Amino acid sequence: MCGIVGLFLKDASLQPSLGRLLSDMLVTMTDRGPDSAGIAIYADEHAGRSKFTIQSENAERDFQDLPNFLSKHLDRILDFRVNDTHAVVTLDQNVENKFSEVLTAFNPEIRIMSHGSSLEIYKEVGLPEQVTQRFHITQMSGRHGIGHTRMATESAVTTLGAHPFNTGVDQCLVHNGSLSNHNSLRRKLRREGILIETENDTEVGAAYLTWKIKNGASLGEALESSLKDLDGFFTFVVGTENGFGVVRDQIACKPAVMAETDQYVAFGSEYQALVDLPKIESAHVWEPEPATVYFWKH
Amino acid sequence: MLQFDLKKCGLRSLNSALQEQKEETNQTSWEVINPKGSHSIAVGIDAPIEVNIKGSTGYYCGGMNQQANITVKGSVGPGVAENMMSGKVVIEGDASQYAGATGQGGLLVIKGNASSRCGISMKGINIVVHGNIGHMSAFMAQSGNLIVCGDAGDALGDSLYEAKLFIRGSVKSLGTDCEQKEMRPEHMELLKQLLSEAECDAKPEEFKRYGSARKLYNFNIDNSDAY
Repeated sequence: MCGIVGLFLKDASLQPSLGRLLSDMLVTMTDRGPDSAGIAIYADEHAGRSKFTIQSENAERDFQDLPNFLSKHLDRILDFRVNDTHAVVTLDQNVENKFSEVLTAFNPEIRIMSHGSSLEIYKEVGLPEQVTQRFHITQMSGRHGIGHTRMATESAVTTLGAHPFNTGVDQCLVHNGSLSNHNSLRRKLRREGILIETENDTEVGAAYLTWKIKNGASLGEALESSLKDLDGFFTFVVGTENGFGVVRDQIACKPAVMAETDQYVAFGSEYQALVDLPKIESAHVWEPEPATVYFWKH
Repeated sequence: MLQFDLKKCGLRSLNSALQEQKEETNQTSWEVINPKGSHSIAVGIDAPIEVNIKGSTGYYCGGMNQQANITVKGSVGPGVAENMMSGKVVIEGDASQYAGATGQGGLLVIKGNASSRCGISMKGINIVVHGNIGHMSAFMAQSGNLIVCGDAGDALGDSLYEAKLFIRGSVKSLGTDCEQKEMRPEHMELLKQLLSEAECDAKPEEFKRYGSARKLYNFNIDNSDAY
């Protein structure tokens, strides 16, 4: 099954509540997927800075020594914020190209969860309530965010198999459904030089978008072509620096419901995810059409 | 009237109370508050009672209904009135996918729009939608009537058996083996009656009828090369 939620704030006064609203929405979707959960949140950005969210299986040890190591080799580390098994590293944009290499030199087992100017991704194995609590998501503010709770069907229950997946700078993807041509597509994308780390079908979907964008497509164009090239069932929600998008396959059997007021646009796999949002009674509520790409931008 | 707060009492106690009602019950009027998108509200009732649900519901609302009149003052999730046997279910808002699926009797009224696969595999139910319906509606529908005052999406009536489909607006595309058919006096009469029961002021003469071309009923020997 899997459950997806998304919240895009039009009203800036709600920004301090984004983490709380999104966490509450995700917890209502627990029945749709109890294996692992994740949240992508788009918070403050500063010109000229880049952010990496990283994850370690041995965070206590790694995150103690890493800041010094990074400062020594990169020289322009502006902030290092530890959050449970994750940490957010903020650095000067001029050195972002070297970050991955330096991180690998420190410990190749530390994973980069997200890269961008405002995007942060937190995901772990466990129930949505546990995952949102351990990362203190409820206290986070931001402009928009997406979340996912997983019922694994295609691959193992691991942190790396959890959603959201980072698809490019400040871009991420969550998925409800299952892709059936992910093995052949994974081979093709690997031949094209795209890094795919797991046997997970959604990671292939994410890598497909990365590959399309790398070859010049806009995110909208990449999503349009996914309708042709991806075989299987999917409702995708994608996050970008400026907003979020939704697309469902032609059959559209994976549920999706949206609500819009003058304060926000919200997405949920079920209406239950939306019921506690402000003024939901007067919201315009509808189901996104199949094979149609939707976008909301700030 | 008995009022049931779903938030306080929980789904199980609501459904068991409703399912305990028998033919001769005196508790004929029920109101459910705080449904908040919960699944399986008011399923499996078999008594002539009225149930008013004040708000939107999740999956399978009013499923397997017999005799009861269920009204939802909001929208419903997937599979509303699934496999209904008799009675009436009225949705004042919109319905998600596969509304009235496999329904065998009774009347389902959707005052807003219904999404994809409305009336899939229906087996005798009557469905009246005041708005539009989505793609693959009435897929493999066997009997009963689907009346749509708005437009129908792609592949209407694909692999249809003997259900009758009446559409007032446009049809994006017809499914395999579904075709337009003539409107005869008995169809006008049927529409008049069902539209009135569904509190719909559309006129029977504005509708077109669609049904099975019956070409999939028997194997066509010309296709033997395909196997």
